[in-house]
Amino acid sequence: MSAIPSDALSAAADTAKPARPLAPPRLAGATSEPAWVRRTLIGVALAFLTLFLFVPLIAVFVQAFAKGLDVYWAALTDSDAVSALKLTLIAAAFSVPSNLVFGVAAAWAIAKFDFRGKNLLLTLIDLPFSVSPVIAGLIYLLIFGLQGWWGEWLRDHDLKIVFAVPGIVLATVFVTFPFIARELIPLMQAQGQEQEEAARVLGASGWQILWRVTLPNVRWALLYGVILCNARAMGEFGAVSVVSGHIRGQTNTLPLHIEILYNDYQFAAAFAVASLLAALALVTLVLKYIVERRAKASYGEEPRS
Amino acid sequence: MATRALLLRRHSVLPGFNLALGFALLYLCFIVLIPLSAVFLKTFTVSWSTIWATVSSPRVVASYRLTFGASLVGALINAVFGLLVSWVLVRYRFPGKRLVDALVDLPFALPTAVAGIALTSLYARNGWIGGLLPFKVSYTPLGVLVALTFIGLPFVVRTVQPVLEDLQQELEEAAATLGATRLQTFTRVIFPALMPALLTGFALAFARALGEYGSVIFIAGNMPMVSEITSLLIITKLEQYDYAGATAIAVVMLVTAFVLLLLINLLQAWARKRQGALT
Repeated sequence: MSAIPSDALSAAADTAKPARPLAPPRLAGATSEPAWVRRTLIGVALAFLTLFLFVPLIAVFVQAFAKGLDVYWAALTDSDAVSALKLTLIAAAFSVPSNLVFGVAAAWAIAKFDFRGKNLLLTLIDLPFSVSPVIAGLIYLLIFGLQGWWGEWLRDHDLKIVFAVPGIVLATVFVTFPFIARELIPLMQAQGQEQEEAARVLGASGWQILWRVTLPNVRWALLYGVILCNARAMGEFGAVSVVSGHIRGQTNTLPLHIEILYNDYQFAAAFAVASLLAALALVTLVLKYIVERRAKASYGEEPRS
Repeated sequence: MATRALLLRRHSVLPGFNLALGFALLYLCFIVLIPLSAVFLKTFTVSWSTIWATVSSPRVVASYRLTFGASLVGALINAVFGLLVSWVLVRYRFPGKRLVDALVDLPFALPTAVAGIALTSLYARNGWIGGLLPFKVSYTPLGVLVALTFIGLPFVVRTVQPVLEDLQQELEEAAATLGATRLQTFTRVIFPALMPALLTGFALAFARALGEYGSVIFIAGNMPMVSEITSLLIITKLEQYDYAGATAIAVVMLVTAFVLLLLINLLQAWARKRQGALT
């Protein structure tokens, strides 16, 4: 960052006093690399990102429209695709609010209070991140599946959890469990509890503190956590695949619908549906960018105000 | 009340501790802990010899070799290129830098199934990239590596980048005034400071790759003994209604994941200490 102005400075110094070889130019060169090194490093980094990031992203959209707008539109308005979209929205509609409430509760307890076992609790919250999505699906089969703990009881009472919508919702809640908590906890820990304590002294109740002090302070992190949680909920594949049973029009989410189309060699249709999720991913990244800028701006100003 | 006395260490004027912690723990138990314990309890209903026979059968061992090998190589590729990308993003200016910075998170946001079909068609023989290469990538173990490299890409960048941003350039100036070349400054001053973050990013990418399923199954070709990952074997067992076999493999993966999680936590504690000492 500072390399360019200091380069310019040293160049100016050189033209002003060309006769004297000074220390500053050498120092400026010593904290940055020669131009050819810089260009090579940028080139290699961009080539790597192009190969692994940009080309795959572009490919999704190109292949989606490869057979024309009609095929694209037909793939999206197909009744199986519409019901898959509905189920995906249902899964997100359950998992985002429940993990939001959990995230706020966990962050309140962890960031505003000291208690024993806090580090253990933090590790346990991260647990679903390190569990393979396939295993996340498996655990619900072991509990609610026909061979599982409650399998026979559920069958006798004609209740279906796995290979049905509730199983898909549960698996989605599991894999998106840590997202909002992980965004809130470090920020609320960094902000401390002085503001909340001041509100308390002024006579605010717990809920008033939460609504008027704490949540407004963390609104950007909260929003970003919700966005991430939603993106993962809508895109989850492995866990949902295990508990879904793949009944077309009933227990297929959008990612599972993509798999079926792709395995049927309906590539254009598969990429058409995939383009919806890729667009969602891009919206997520744009929102993340905005949220980070807002967060930097508002938290950056706080110490001064 | 008893739990409160046990847990609460410092008195606070703020209300809501019992409610917040109680709800958080209850939710954690019902969504995560009880379901996860099902996997371990299930293994107790199966004899050890059956479990051992399952987890040490040649097809399963071949899948460990592929999963661990490809995850390790993918994480190494990401360590090298992730360090490079974060260096370029922090230290240099170039057109489109903000766009590139924002897109690094794409593998976090893009559903794995979408990544899977996109990479498969790109690296297939008739694909944009696969067509240029003299060897097969899609439907081989190399394809697994491509998918695992893709999904691990943001981890190293996002762990190294903030440390690099906070690194004091005075240290580099000091090294330069003491006569170090730029390369010496990098290897002796900058790189050691980045090491904990780099290792953490590497471990995170490795852990993520071990459990990955969605992006891999499309590109792998899933040939037994050759390009079958461990997660897929769990699904295969489940489709044959062999819940005991699936659980046995899952336990191996879970234990590995927990050991890695512990290691990552230790690494992060070390990184925080190191960073605290430097700033």
